[in-house]
Amino acid sequence: MKLELDASDRAFQEEVRAFFADSVPENWRTRVRAGLRLNPEELTAYQKRLAARGWGAPTWPAEYGGAGWSPVQQYIFWKEAADADAPAQFHQGLELIGPIIFTYGSQELKDRYLPRIINADDWWCQGYSEPGAGSDLAALRTRAVRDGDHYVLNGQKAWTSYAHVASHVFVLARTSDEAKRQQGISLLLLDMKTPGITVRPVETMDEKHHTNEMFLDDVRVPVGNLVGEEGRGWEYGKVLLDRERMVTASVAIFLTQTIRGIKEAASRRTIGGVRLIDQPGFRSKLAQFEIEVIALQTMILRLMADANAGVDSGPRGSMVKLRWSQLTQQGTALWIGALGPEAAHFAPLGDTGVPADMPYAMQGALYARVTSIYGGSSEIQHNIIAQRALRL
Amino acid sequence: MNFLYSDEQRMLLESADRFGLDNFPATDRLKLLAEGEAGVRRTWSMMAELGWLMLPIAEEQGGLGGGLVEVMALQESLGRHLVPSPFVTSCVLAPALLEGAGAAGAELLAAIGAGEAVVAAGLLEADGGYDLHRVALAARSADGGHVLSGVKCHVEDGADAGWFLISARTAGGVAEREGISLLLVPASAPGLTVHRFRAIDGHRHARLELNDVRDAILIGDRDQALPVIEAAVARASCAYLAEATGSMESLSAITLDYLRTRHQFGKPIGSFQVLQHRMVDMVIACEEARAMMLHGTLNHHLGDRDWQRAVSAARVRVSECGVYVGQQAVQLHGGVGFSDELIVSHHLKRQMMLAQAHGSIDYHRGRFAA
Repeated sequence: MKLELDASDRAFQEEVRAFFADSVPENWRTRVRAGLRLNPEELTAYQKRLAARGWGAPTWPAEYGGAGWSPVQQYIFWKEAADADAPAQFHQGLELIGPIIFTYGSQELKDRYLPRIINADDWWCQGYSEPGAGSDLAALRTRAVRDGDHYVLNGQKAWTSYAHVASHVFVLARTSDEAKRQQGISLLLLDMKTPGITVRPVETMDEKHHTNEMFLDDVRVPVGNLVGEEGRGWEYGKVLLDRERMVTASVAIFLTQTIRGIKEAASRRTIGGVRLIDQPGFRSKLAQFEIEVIALQTMILRLMADANAGVDSGPRGSMVKLRWSQLTQQGTALWIGALGPEAAHFAPLGDTGVPADMPYAMQGALYARVTSIYGGSSEIQHNIIAQRALRL
Repeated sequence: MNFLYSDEQRMLLESADRFGLDNFPATDRLKLLAEGEAGVRRTWSMMAELGWLMLPIAEEQGGLGGGLVEVMALQESLGRHLVPSPFVTSCVLAPALLEGAGAAGAELLAAIGAGEAVVAAGLLEADGGYDLHRVALAARSADGGHVLSGVKCHVEDGADAGWFLISARTAGGVAEREGISLLLVPASAPGLTVHRFRAIDGHRHARLELNDVRDAILIGDRDQALPVIEAAVARASCAYLAEATGSMESLSAITLDYLRTRHQFGKPIGSFQVLQHRMVDMVIACEEARAMMLHGTLNHHLGDRDWQRAVSAARVRVSECGVYVGQQAVQLHGGVGFSDELIVSHHLKRQMMLAQAHGSIDYHRGRFAA
């Protein structure tokens, strides 16, 4: 039993560290630390740099153009990225649809889409949720009706994040009505330029445009864009469950960035001549946050060690998602607290500047609220652990 | 990087688990506690026979040379079965204090390993909080020896100890890190009064009053004992991390079983979502505790300063998780959880005491933040 890395992993760590030493522009830092996504152009440029280095898809096997890294190497990569204030890669293509395509898709789909995902030539978004199908996704009503060599799609999708940026969308649609709701659902790949797709922005409380609603009106999709078999789309989501632990783990590793954001803010501000970071009350709260982050990071290390050994880690992916969302909420709130009265200066009225960290710290704190809702809400994660792991 | 016990370590864990299962069934808990010192002595001789009392003692001192991970393996099982003994104090803390003490320590170490001596450490004073450097108890030199006067307000597991290792001020002011020495005193020393207490978890502690106690034996270097004391206490802390983790995992398993078997409103109470979610939070707390136990214990290679900071971080989270799991286990058991008859409340009481042993949550958080 030991925590130290082996010599070969340490060499890899040096290599990654050298890459990140000059990869992160100064103006990314605050946004990244606040847990906010960079602009699409910035993320695309970042992804292209990684792809050029052969590191575009850290979790994919080498045969599909992935890095082919061991779980420990993946951990090292993310840890170094986090330490350098590099962003998390945009995940919807890389982690949500890519692995489904390489596991269940036809050779044609693999050849057409996988390289373009890695090289950020395409931007994928997810068309799953609907107004009546949120946590209860199997209630979805969007229909795909076969018409010759095409499916014709009609329906409405909700919370289609980054649809306004995306070149492609993967959609779950009902192709038949079966007694069991999870059956008769198919997974289709759509070009966003297809006639009949309308995207409308949804305003969110952080005043940042992430998400949309998407309407599908007689959208014609070639039959060849069906992933796997008709009616089995629901099952294909399972491949994501197995990979989920790595994905949530990767995001949680980035929490150390929030600690740096808080520390900088609390070092800048003084009260009665004493830096906030030197005041016992604040130090204690920050220490508590850091300790809980250490606990989560060590849980992730165990997850990685399990994955390395090919051991099932049970519900730990759900646990990490749950704790990560709580901690990102806790951390960004602490950051806002550190800014003090000027946390109220969100946006300038007229020709004046806002305080350092603004508006990002506030947007980060607000955005953090959705982390316990998306990707399976905290309550759904509780249900998953209770049912799958505890068999209650 | 790996988190697996070696085969030998696993065997140790499993044999301690069997020992707990065979000798410390939950149903005998009250009987055992009622026995008091006799019960502790019986447990002690069984543990001596198994060789565990010499496990943490260095091989060159006649022990088995078990390190932090071996102690962790043993302690998680002892925690799981709530085996009450002064093992951590006498066999982890005391040997670490006696290490490098030469001839003065060698004889005592051998006696500890053989189960013939129980040693406790008087390190805390009423005005010092949990700080090990706040030492006012004075040792003055006289006739080539040391004479001790003062009070140690709490001596963990000190009630049945035959010997006490006492931190004393041999130079400098009350809160200085230099000028602290470690002195060994037999419980029978003239001038020493041992006030004995029973804690709610069955552990037996002491408060020491020393009035001109003569012939105290100097252990280690004069004036330079603090680093040794801090490192020894960190070792004991790691042992408590494992005990707490074993105990809370046990609580979690017992509670899960209860949710499946207890029926109300015509169905198992585990079918109610509000209880399912609470149970999940308990299981997550156990996961966090296990992770922090590993963080505290396996970072020993970082060197004293960073390691002790890691241990403090671990003590904060493990204590919080342990008390939480204990409280929720009582809550989910309802009325019977509150009763003394079930093992559940006994685990909670142990968790509450572990959350204080060698530093409260606030103390360790402050130490981490410093």
